[in-house]
Amino acid sequence: MGEKHADIDRHVRVYLMVFGALLVLTAATVGAWKLHFLSPGAAIALALAIAICKAALVAMYFMHLSSEKTMIYWVLALTVVFFFVLLLVPVLGSFDVISN
Amino acid sequence: MLVPHIVKPRADTGLNNGKLGIWLFLASEVMLFGALFATYLMLRMGSSDWPLGTTYLDPKWAALNTIVLITSSVTMVMAWAMAAKRNFNKFRFFMLMTVGLGFVFMIIKYIEYSAKFDHHYYPSTHVFLAIYFTLTGLHGLHVLGGMLVNGYFALFGRKAYDADPEWFTNRIENSGLFWHFVDLVWIFLFPILYLL
Repeated sequence: MGEKHADIDRHVRVYLMVFGALLVLTAATVGAWKLHFLSPGAAIALALAIAICKAALVAMYFMHLSSEKTMIYWVLALTVVFFFVLLLVPVLGSFDVISN
Repeated sequence: MLVPHIVKPRADTGLNNGKLGIWLFLASEVMLFGALFATYLMLRMGSSDWPLGTTYLDPKWAALNTIVLITSSVTMVMAWAMAAKRNFNKFRFFMLMTVGLGFVFMIIKYIEYSAKFDHHYYPSTHVFLAIYFTLTGLHGLHVLGGMLVNGYFALFGRKAYDADPEWFTNRIENSGLFWHFVDLVWIFLFPILYLL
């Protein structure tokens, strides 16, 4: 990457902050599950929301997506589209119109 | 002859070929795990009595493994940062820590699997266990693959580093991208399998 040492030191400080945030979010996931104060639907939504936040932190900072080139975003956008198509397959299966 | 654009980025993509290659590979990995997540959804939605994860699994091991993998992601980026700062010894230290944490993850997984087998819980016991072993087994293989590559760079990377440190740093960034992806998959596996 040929980055200057000062830039890398700045990166390292960000990595450590992200590490702290990931630990807090992991504790929040376990805490929300242990307290049992949510309905099952709300618990699923909260756990997935926290997982998405953690994944975003890993992708943006550890995987350097926050400073990545446009080409990578295009690759990822296409991947996201097909990923949701895959997730929709089970739902579409429930609309199966073939009968008898 | 060397493959072109392995160090300096191409003018049209703005990326070196290695980085574009690893991102395309990760896109295919998203589809692989995506298909299995879709299978999980289909099985869960189609089941009238889907068990809670705690019926078969112990979340404390998974929570511990989450912390282990997150920590290994930090040591991985630190290894890249040290390679970028041209400090090979510190790079090797952090890379060996990453591999070591991967090893800890696998040991915890072994303890977990052993407990399942002791209770005679196998993939054939319940459809939940079938998807659990498939997802975590495939993920474990990815951890093992990452450990092999990272271990190679840590133990035998000196020559490549001395020959071209910038190229070497790019390779560490690429192996790091794979390692972080493995961490990312686990971030979703943990709540989906163990807590919900």
